[in-house]
Amino acid sequence: MIPEIGHFALALALALSLAQAVLPLVGAQRRDARLMAAGPGLAAGVLIAVATAFAALLWSFALNDTTVTNVVQNSHSAKPMLYKLAGAWGNHEGSMVLWVLILALCGAAVSAFGRNLPGALRARVLAVLGMIATGFLAFILATSNPFLRVWPPAADGQGLNPVLQDPGLAFHPPLLYLGYVGTAVTFAFAIAALIEGRVDAAWGRWVRPWALASWSFLTLGIALGSWWAYYELGWGGYWFWDPVENASLLPWLAGCALLHSAIVVEKREALKTWSVLLAILAFSMSLLGTFLVRSGVLNSVHAFANDPERGVFILALLLLTMGGAFALFAWRAPALAPTGVFAPLSREGALVLNNLILCTIAAVVLAGTLYPMFADLMLKAKISVGPPFYQATVFPLALPLILAMAAGPLMAWKRAKPWPVLQRLWWVALAALGAIALVWLVQGRPILPALGFGAALWLILGAFVDVAERIALFSRPRAALARARGLPRAAWGGAVAHAGFGVTLLGMAGMGLATERLAAVRPGETVSLGGYEWKLEGVRDVTGPNWTSRRATVTVTRGGAPVTVLQPEKRNFPLARQSTTEAAIHTTWASDLYAVMGEEENGRATLRLHHNPLAPWIWLGGAIMAFGGGLSLSDRRARVGAPARRAAAQDPGAAQDPGAARA
Amino acid sequence: MSGTKATPLSRRALLWVPLGVAAAGGVGFWAMLRGMRDGSYDPRGVPSALIGKPAPRIALPAVEGIDLPAFAPDALAAPAAPVLVNFWASWCVPCVVEHPQLMALHRRGVRILGINYKDKPADAARFLARHGNPFAALVADAEGRAGIEYGLYGVPETYLLDKGGLIRWRWAGPMMPDTLSAELDPLLRRHA
Repeated sequence: MIPEIGHFALALALALSLAQAVLPLVGAQRRDARLMAAGPGLAAGVLIAVATAFAALLWSFALNDTTVTNVVQNSHSAKPMLYKLAGAWGNHEGSMVLWVLILALCGAAVSAFGRNLPGALRARVLAVLGMIATGFLAFILATSNPFLRVWPPAADGQGLNPVLQDPGLAFHPPLLYLGYVGTAVTFAFAIAALIEGRVDAAWGRWVRPWALASWSFLTLGIALGSWWAYYELGWGGYWFWDPVENASLLPWLAGCALLHSAIVVEKREALKTWSVLLAILAFSMSLLGTFLVRSGVLNSVHAFANDPERGVFILALLLLTMGGAFALFAWRAPALAPTGVFAPLSREGALVLNNLILCTIAAVVLAGTLYPMFADLMLKAKISVGPPFYQATVFPLALPLILAMAAGPLMAWKRAKPWPVLQRLWWVALAALGAIALVWLVQGRPILPALGFGAALWLILGAFVDVAERIALFSRPRAALARARGLPRAAWGGAVAHAGFGVTLLGMAGMGLATERLAAVRPGETVSLGGYEWKLEGVRDVTGPNWTSRRATVTVTRGGAPVTVLQPEKRNFPLARQSTTEAAIHTTWASDLYAVMGEEENGRATLRLHHNPLAPWIWLGGAIMAFGGGLSLSDRRARVGAPARRAAAQDPGAAQDPGAARA
Repeated sequence: MSGTKATPLSRRALLWVPLGVAAAGGVGFWAMLRGMRDGSYDPRGVPSALIGKPAPRIALPAVEGIDLPAFAPDALAAPAAPVLVNFWASWCVPCVVEHPQLMALHRRGVRILGINYKDKPADAARFLARHGNPFAALVADAEGRAGIEYGLYGVPETYLLDKGGLIRWRWAGPMMPDTLSAELDPLLRRHA
C-alpha cells in the first residue's frame, strides 16, 4: 500500500510540475497576474507530493519491505537503521527521488523567500524550475521507478556492501545534491533573465544568495566525500581525480566563478552576459555529472548501475536543457549590453581574472575527464588521464589565482592603484616567502609543500589584512570593535571563505610532509613514528550488529605522556562475505595519528601507522569556506533582497548610467 | 565580456559557440550510448590485440621489501594451470575494489602473478599488508615497460593465460564478483 502511495505521489508531482512549468510562464508573457500567482501554490504542491513519495520510500526501506525491488536490491534486514534509511538514497532510483525532492524544496523556497521579486521574474523562475522537475520526474517514472514490486517477496535483501555502511557516505550525497540542485535555481534565474532580456544590479543581487548557498553545500559535500576517501580508502590520499570526483568539482568551479561575477553585476552592471553564461554552465555541469555517473559511458568505481536506456533519457534531458538554454542565450544575450567600462587594475578587474582562471581550471578538468571517452569513441584509443595530468595543469593555474585572491579584495572598484595594495600586503608577502624558505630549509623536500605553506599563509594573512583594513584596526584601533560589528556580514563572509581556502591549502601542504611506517609487532612491542611511541597492547575479538572483528589496541604516548588509545579493526561481514579495515584516527589538530590493522601472522600483527601533519585542516578549511558562504548569506542585504528595480530600465537595451554602482 | 573590441556581428557569432560545443558533445555522447547498445563502444571491456597470442616476455625485478619471488618470462610460457596476470598499483582506487575478488581467487587456488605498475615499493608493501596478498609471485614495473608491451589501458587490468601460455582473456578495470562468475570462471573451467 505505502509504495503505491509513493508511486501515485510521483505521478501527481509530475502533473503538478507540468502545470508549474506552463501556467506561470504563460501568465508572465500575457501579464496575467492570476496565472502568475499559480506558481507558488503549484510549487508547494509539487513539494508535498515529492516529499510524500520520498517518505514512502524511506518507510519501505525502514520496514525492509522485500516486495519492493529497490529494497531487495539495496537493503538487508541486518543493516543498522541509519544505513537502511541511507540505503534509500544510496542507489540510482532513490537518489533521483532525493534529487527531485531537493529541487521541489528549492522551488518552494523561491516562492517563499521571493516575495519581493517582481511578479513576472518569479513566475518565470518557477516555470523553469517546473520544467526541470517535469523532466526528472518523467525520467524517474519512465525508467527508474523506485516503487516497482516483486512477487513473490524475496527472503531478504541483497544490498549489504559494508564499505558503504558509513556515516560520511550516508550524508555525502544529500549535501552534494543540495549543491547540484542549487545551481538549478541560478540557472532558472538566468533563463528568466534571458526571456525578459534584462540583467541588472537587482538580478545580480537576487542570484547571489542562491549561488552562495549552492556553492556552500557543494563545498561541504565535496569535503565530506574527500574525508570519506581519506579515512575509508586512504593511504594518505584525499583526492584522486576520479571522473566522478571531477564531476562534482566542475559545478563547484563554475559556481565559484558565478558567485564572484554576480558581485560585479550587482556593483558595476558589467559581466552580465558572462554571468548568465556561467549560471547556465554551472547547471549544465551538474547535469553532465549526473549523465556521466548514471549512463555507464564512464568507467569508474563510483558509477551507478549502467543502463544505456537511462543514459539515452538523461542525454535527451541534458541536450534539451543545455541546447534550449544556449540557443536562448545566443538569441537573447546581445540584448544584455554591457554598461560598465573598467580598468584592468580594479576590483572588477581582479574578479575577471578570478573568473578567467577558474573557468580555465574547469575547462582543463573537463577536458581531462572527457578526453579518454572521446578518444575511445573517435580514435578507438584507450587512454587514461590520471593525477599527473591534473597536477601538471591545475597547480600552475592555481598559483596566480591564489596570488589574486588576497590582493583582489583590497583593490578599489573602478580604478585601483597598485601602490596602496602593495603597501598593505608587503608584510604578508614577506611572511609567505619566509614560510616557503623556512619549510624548504627544514624539510629539504620537494618544493610543493613549501609553496603550499607560503600560499596558505598569504591567503590567511591576506584575509586578515582585508578585515583589518575595513575596520581600521591599525589606524584607529579604539573603535575597531564597533566597526567590526558594523561590517557587513558579506564582507566577513568573503574574508572567512578566502581564509578557509588558505586553511585547506595548509592541510594539503602538511599532507605533503606526511610520514608512515609499516611494522609487524607482537603485543607489548613499541614502534616510534613522528615523535610518538606507538605500543601494541593486544588484539581481541569484537562482535557488532552484522559483523565480527579483530580489534587491536594501540596506546600512543609522547615522551612518556599518554596521548591516546587507537583501536584499528579488521571487520568481517559474514553475510556479505566481505571484510573492511576500519582505520583508527586520533587528531591533535596539529596532525592526525592514523593506525590501520593488517594481517596477523605467528602472533605478530601488521600495523600501518601514519603521521599526517595538519591533515584535518583540509576538511576544516572546507567547513570554514562553507561557513563563510553561510555568513555572507546571512547578510541583511541577501535576506532583504534588492530594492525595487529602477523604473527607467523598462527598455531592456536602454543605455544605463555606467557609474550607477550602488553601494 | 565587456572591454573586448569585438564588432557586433562577431560578438553575436561568439554567443553561438556554447550551443555548438554542447551540440557536438551531445552527438558524441549519443554515439557512445548507441555504441554501448550494439557493442561497438564499451568503456569497460577492452579488446586486446594480444588475445590468442603468447604473453609479452619481459624480465622484471621483484618488488623491494616484499617477500615474494619474481617470475621469469619463461614462467608464462607453459604454466601448469591457467594463471592470471594482474596489473595493479597502490595508488589506484579501483584496485581496492578489485582486491577482495583477487583474494577469493587466491583462496580457491588460482595462481595470480602480480605486476606492480609504476608504484613505490613501500606503498605496495603497505597495500598488501592492509588488504592481504593474493599473489604467488610479484614483479615491479616501475617504468611501465610491461604496461607498454601488454598495451595496458589502465590499472587494474587482468590477463588470463592458458596452459599453452597464450592470452585468452583480458579485463580492463576492476574485476567484480559478477565478473568472476560470468566471465572468468567459465574460462578457467574451459582451460583447466
